[in-house]
Amino acid sequence: MRRLIQRVKAFFGRRRRDADLEAELAAHLDFAIEENLERGLSLEQARREALVKFGGLQQAREKHRETRGLMKIDIVLYDLRYTFRTLGRDLGFTIAAVLILALGIGANVAVFSVVNTLLLRPLPFPDSHQLVWIAPPPTKCGLSCATYSTDAYDEFRTGSRSYQDVTGYFAFSSPDNLSLNQNGSIVPATSIDVIANFFQVLGVQPAMGRLLRPEDGLDGAAPVIVLSDAWWRRQFNADPSIVGKTLDINHQQATVVGVLPPSFDFGAVFAPGTKVDAITPLDLYGPPRDWGNIITMIGRTKPGVSLSQAQQDAAAVAPRMCWNNKRPDTCGSYKDGVVPVPLKDYVSGRLRSSLIVLWSAVGMILLIACVNLSNLLLARSTARSKEFAMRAALGASRMRIVGQLLTESFVLSAIGALAGLGLAWFLVYWLAHQGSVALPLLSTLHIDGAALAWTVLIAVVAAVLFGLAPGLRTAAGNLHESLKDTGAGSGQGRRNERFRSVLVVTEVALASVLLVSAGLLLRSFVQVLNVDLGFESTHAAAINAAYDDSVPGDKTGDLTAQKRAVIFQQMIARVEAIPGVQAAGISDYLPLSQNRSWGLPLPKGVTPPKKQIDGPLVYVVTPGFLRAMGTRVRGRDFAWDDGPHGQQVVIINRSYARFLAGLTKWPNNDAVGQTLDNGTPGGLQVIGVADDVHEESTEGDTGWQIYYPQTQAQPSGAQLVVRSTVPPATLANSVLMALRSLNPHQPAAEFRPLQTFVDHANSPRRFFMLMVASFAGLGLLLAAIGIYGVISYTVTRQTQEIGIRMALGATMGRVQRQVLGGTLRLAIIGIALGAAVSLAAAKLISSLLFATSPWDGITYVAVALALLAVAFVAGYLPARRASRIDPMVALRAN
Amino acid sequence: MSPSKLDLLQGTLDLMVLKTLSAMGPQHGYGIARRIEQVSGDEVLLNQGTIYASLVRLEQRGWIESSWGVSGNNRKAKFYAITDAGRLQLEEDALHWKRLTDVMDRVLDLNDAPGAEGETA
Repeated sequence: MRRLIQRVKAFFGRRRRDADLEAELAAHLDFAIEENLERGLSLEQARREALVKFGGLQQAREKHRETRGLMKIDIVLYDLRYTFRTLGRDLGFTIAAVLILALGIGANVAVFSVVNTLLLRPLPFPDSHQLVWIAPPPTKCGLSCATYSTDAYDEFRTGSRSYQDVTGYFAFSSPDNLSLNQNGSIVPATSIDVIANFFQVLGVQPAMGRLLRPEDGLDGAAPVIVLSDAWWRRQFNADPSIVGKTLDINHQQATVVGVLPPSFDFGAVFAPGTKVDAITPLDLYGPPRDWGNIITMIGRTKPGVSLSQAQQDAAAVAPRMCWNNKRPDTCGSYKDGVVPVPLKDYVSGRLRSSLIVLWSAVGMILLIACVNLSNLLLARSTARSKEFAMRAALGASRMRIVGQLLTESFVLSAIGALAGLGLAWFLVYWLAHQGSVALPLLSTLHIDGAALAWTVLIAVVAAVLFGLAPGLRTAAGNLHESLKDTGAGSGQGRRNERFRSVLVVTEVALASVLLVSAGLLLRSFVQVLNVDLGFESTHAAAINAAYDDSVPGDKTGDLTAQKRAVIFQQMIARVEAIPGVQAAGISDYLPLSQNRSWGLPLPKGVTPPKKQIDGPLVYVVTPGFLRAMGTRVRGRDFAWDDGPHGQQVVIINRSYARFLAGLTKWPNNDAVGQTLDNGTPGGLQVIGVADDVHEESTEGDTGWQIYYPQTQAQPSGAQLVVRSTVPPATLANSVLMALRSLNPHQPAAEFRPLQTFVDHANSPRRFFMLMVASFAGLGLLLAAIGIYGVISYTVTRQTQEIGIRMALGATMGRVQRQVLGGTLRLAIIGIALGAAVSLAAAKLISSLLFATSPWDGITYVAVALALLAVAFVAGYLPARRASRIDPMVALRAN
Repeated sequence: MSPSKLDLLQGTLDLMVLKTLSAMGPQHGYGIARRIEQVSGDEVLLNQGTIYASLVRLEQRGWIESSWGVSGNNRKAKFYAITDAGRLQLEEDALHWKRLTDVMDRVLDLNDAPGAEGETA
């Protein structure tokens, strides 16, 4: 131990100690010379004798250093210096190698960050393993069947024993539900109502001020608001004294009680791809008591409680939970519908297979990069074989030469990793700012310690992977042969060539696996785009329209409904008067955003089935809405005179109509004109059957839908949909002006093309498809470089041979054909191998495909053709060079 | 240059250096080398240079210490002196060496004649 410290000291005090040693050695020689002179020798002889006796000054120095210091490090430093010198000399090679590595490592680190954030790392809450998402198994009836009533929530919270506490939030907040009046300008913003214990349960601490307290959620409490970090910075210029100020929001004075930390982003965890600006307390015991299923539940289990215990506990409480405590018949309706799952699984569980595919793809890129570098290094070491042979002849051990080569690999890898880290940082920054991609936690993405550790790990693995094979091959080479081998086709050269061919085949095979995956994902994506959504997403846009339909003292709601009808009719008339507008209509919810259901109206006289059946999704709309959406209706649309006192009418979608027709006997099985029972004497008359609309996802099955006229049912907002002949964006201003002319309080809400809803729904698929496709493109490029490198090298090596053949009468075409033939042979072997691997690996990717077989013939053929074409081009350039060889020049060259 | 041989050689040289310093008092490198040569006669062909590796090793172990001084003929030289720890180590090593040589002697004195196993007892 003591010696180790001394050695380390000696290592760092090298210069001084060397000087010391020099002085000592000089003194030694002086003593010896003096003694020899005394013995009567001449000065010359005395010096000679002294040196002979000393036995090699340099050896003594080396031995001294070796004993006193850390020789290994000295060697490494020496190798490093040498490496930098050689790499600097061969700048073209160095740049190519670093670039390839940077791409490979950068892509890997970026994807690792994504995988780590979404899959590996726990959620950004303390003891996040205790957090569970409590919801029923998947249903057809959307959010209303995935949520709980306030009574049910209360019962669960007090009745369960495995939970420290249970919280939840209002699941039906629509975007831009706040209008902030800031000095007269109305700014739209989005807030989520949460139960007051929300932040305690999640364990979120405020960045400033406080978060919510139980008293904030009481009925009649003074309005308070908690700002998100992003909104506080954007809207309030990071005002450090914001806490305690009041904001004019929705015509109320709300006090800012606190600001959330940047690490907590509601949207990133619970509503991927949307921005949530503020959090407000849910008035749990006020009006929401009668709103039915509105709350999503999140629980924190007690320490030591297992998931299955939590699930058993929930299953035991479920039968006691009532939809409404005042209606005992609704008690037990949540049986089998209260299932806690780890919050993490809810947030990112279904992305698991996508992420694994992405990770594999990027791993393959790294492999291809390594193979490519192996190839480059091999070509280089072949060119340097004489240098190594010379060094071996001068006494360098094999280990020493391999060590030198590995040092080069590590230096390249380290530089590549640094550049890759820069690239990854850029990629991650870009990804974290893709606000519209509906992937959870994406905005929290950053390069962290784990990513750095991962970088180091893959850099080391890569260095060994691409450095070892060429290193060993070089070192194993025969000394004499290397010294003699002039590159004109001796044994060593041929063996290297075979090895390089194997590398190229590997590369092509890997690239073709990547391309097949990308191709399959691309085809799936096209299939998704071609799905008939039941509405026309192009040439239409929607805006959240503000209105005030309240009528003081209106007990029945009739006056309110009439007032609303007038407001809506005016809005639609004004907007339809804008040139370019074809149709306009209003619904409270839009497809692919939010939804709810109200139960299951059945034909009169049909006894409800015993088995619980999920009700259709409900849309409360104006006349003309379906036309503006581009949804086809058989029968008639609603009319403005379908008033509060008239016959109650509904439009249902085809799937629901088919289901109802199966329960009863209707003439021609046609629902139009039939009556459904809703407990009123007149019932609900079906006046039309609409096309099935994809309301929850573009890829899933369509469920049941029912449309009510807004005069006969209470809408929960107004989304004004405008269909136009001109691009919707050009209308944004005039539509807003039209709305403002009716309601000066109309916020400057976004005029969103319907296509953005579709894009948002497709964004995860688009994201993964684009990622895998760009990796496949990268793989293809690297493979092309690999093919080019090998063929080009072969042609150079065979210059003389080709020259002789041409001198003997081979035509240019023949030479070209031969070189190209060799190239294509390698490519075909690689493609065949790749196709075989893809077929075997298809299972992994099949869960990500949509209406596409993992054995899709077209994709395989297209990939094979693309690779052949690339191989052809990569081989053609050297082939052309080969055919242009002048026999006379070639023969003279050596 | 197999490692075992080198080890033995190292140990031997270190022991010689320690003993020399113990017997002669502080000495410079050349002095130590010459002394060992003289004592051993022509038996040991010492590369004088190797002594410096031995000296630095002994010093790092704390068995000798060094300081620059002036020799009898007015030359600046680095002088080495044995420390107390070095003396203890010398005793130990000398004992060890003696035991080893005794054993080696006995083993090498074994009679080569076949069937002579019983005679050593």
